[in-house]
Amino acid sequence: MMRPTDYTIAGGLRALERREISAVELTEAYVKAIEAHNPRLNAYITVTAEQALAEAGASDARRAKGEAGALEGIPLGIKDLFCTAGTRTTAASRILGEFVPPYESTVSGNLKRDGAVFLGKLNLDEFAMGSSNTTSAFGPVENPWSRANDPTKRLVPGGSSGGSAAAVAARMAMGATATDTGGSIRQPAAFCGIAGIKPTYGRCSRWGIVAFASSLDQAGPVARNVEDCAILLRSMAGFDPKDSTSADLPVPDFQAACTRSVKGLRIGVPAEYTMPGLAPEIEALWQQGLAWLKDAGAEIVPISLPHTKYALPTYYVVAPAEASSNLARYDGVRFGLRSAERDSDLRDLYERTRAAGFGAEVRRRIMIGTYVLSAGYYDAYYLKAQKVRALIARDFTAAWERVDAIVTPATPTAAFPMDERQDDPVTMYLNDVFTVTANLAGLPGIAVPAGLDGQGLPLGLQVIGKAFDEETVFAVGSALERAANFTAKPQVMA
Amino acid sequence: MSLDAATVRRVANLARLRLDETEVEKLQAEINGILGWIEQLQAVDTEGVEPMAGGSPVAGNLRWRQDAVTDGGQADAVLRNAPDREGEYFGVPKVVE
Repeated sequence: MMRPTDYTIAGGLRALERREISAVELTEAYVKAIEAHNPRLNAYITVTAEQALAEAGASDARRAKGEAGALEGIPLGIKDLFCTAGTRTTAASRILGEFVPPYESTVSGNLKRDGAVFLGKLNLDEFAMGSSNTTSAFGPVENPWSRANDPTKRLVPGGSSGGSAAAVAARMAMGATATDTGGSIRQPAAFCGIAGIKPTYGRCSRWGIVAFASSLDQAGPVARNVEDCAILLRSMAGFDPKDSTSADLPVPDFQAACTRSVKGLRIGVPAEYTMPGLAPEIEALWQQGLAWLKDAGAEIVPISLPHTKYALPTYYVVAPAEASSNLARYDGVRFGLRSAERDSDLRDLYERTRAAGFGAEVRRRIMIGTYVLSAGYYDAYYLKAQKVRALIARDFTAAWERVDAIVTPATPTAAFPMDERQDDPVTMYLNDVFTVTANLAGLPGIAVPAGLDGQGLPLGLQVIGKAFDEETVFAVGSALERAANFTAKPQVMA
Repeated sequence: MSLDAATVRRVANLARLRLDETEVEKLQAEINGILGWIEQLQAVDTEGVEPMAGGSPVAGNLRWRQDAVTDGGQADAVLRNAPDREGEYFGVPKVVE
């Protein structure tokens, strides 16, 4: 017996079309799933159940009239970094207070246009700064997976899109929006045993998404499988004149690309991604993934991306610099929190508001960013990092002469306990070692669940593609998914 | 390069972040740890390399738009989230004596 929460997005759309289920029935099932599991997992900051049921009713009416959109009646979660008109948007920070956007982000608006139903706003690291979803002002998110030999140890879902990944894995949403600045889609997807793609920079509009690091931020979907990601991305993507970095290019049929053969494709394996600290199980899974692709007719080509080791330090100059500039807008004057004493002057109001409103990780990054942009240090840090970034991008350009896609592990380890790696910021930053290069070079990357570690935790592989060639990324990702046949389920699931 | 406490206070001042003394000490240690790690970038030969500004993998991708008014007259929507307002203005503490 098929339960409503068993449907993938592709399967759900077919069932809705055949009237085997209604949008209201689907939405009711997800609202129940959220009621059952959100108190423990804390994946949603805000649940909009009533609104979702009303939207689902309207969706069923549209379908009855023959006006169904591409995502008609599909219940989704929205990362609480996307502004949603009339629904509180927090960025998981105290500083946004009770901010209710008067406008809708382009990406969430595109999903609405296509008939999607919004279940609520998903938890994240504060301002998307983190890799464990433990920096949220609304409390940490718990991974629905746990270790076979230590089932009571609570694990992180990854971050920053930890709420998005946990909600999809635990079937508290059919799919979700997410954003990725250094790995914030791919790392949590890998930790939660689901798929997630960061498209090419410029593929999705950034308009209406709370900005973290504007030259790195990119929206993308997380979903149960690669095909569902393809369906969601097609709706989310597209040219938007309101974002000057939005690419004026047609959006391909990504779902069709999932069925493309990988026969004859050249798959690059970068030597520099074999690094100390890589779990042996992940190294083995990587080799297994390459063997699967070889069996499917792809050619495996060793390549070199010589500046890989400088990617994380480059990121931790560029991202905080842009963040310190973007977060200057939170001043306690126009929106969000205000903290002031009776005799505060304007400067005191700024300083008190920002001290009270930003959490420790955000304050740390604002400090680093302000320092590397300050007079006397700009050339040594910021300009230097921008030059190294150019070299990292150049490494990829050279690689594309020889290969069509690159396959790497998604993360250096499986999900870790909530109380680990919190003391040293640099240790936490190493989570993004395999994902951050794609952000710096602006390239598309997908994480696909490909196996389990010895404790039964999911592990992911990553496929990186050429700029605006998400189709090859989907083709290779689908081939890995088919070969891996990943059917394991988390312990907490609707 | 290692930051002293005075520099931490100066940067916090630039960033308009109020810090108490225990925070200065903690941040000083954390920031020095991060900067020490970032220091490895100095080993990269970047002679003659053009800095990469912006995130687009395709050069020259930025568009210009007409320098024209696109919207306006929405004072209520703009002020709806303001912590304090005076009529059609944001309310702030007295700035000029």
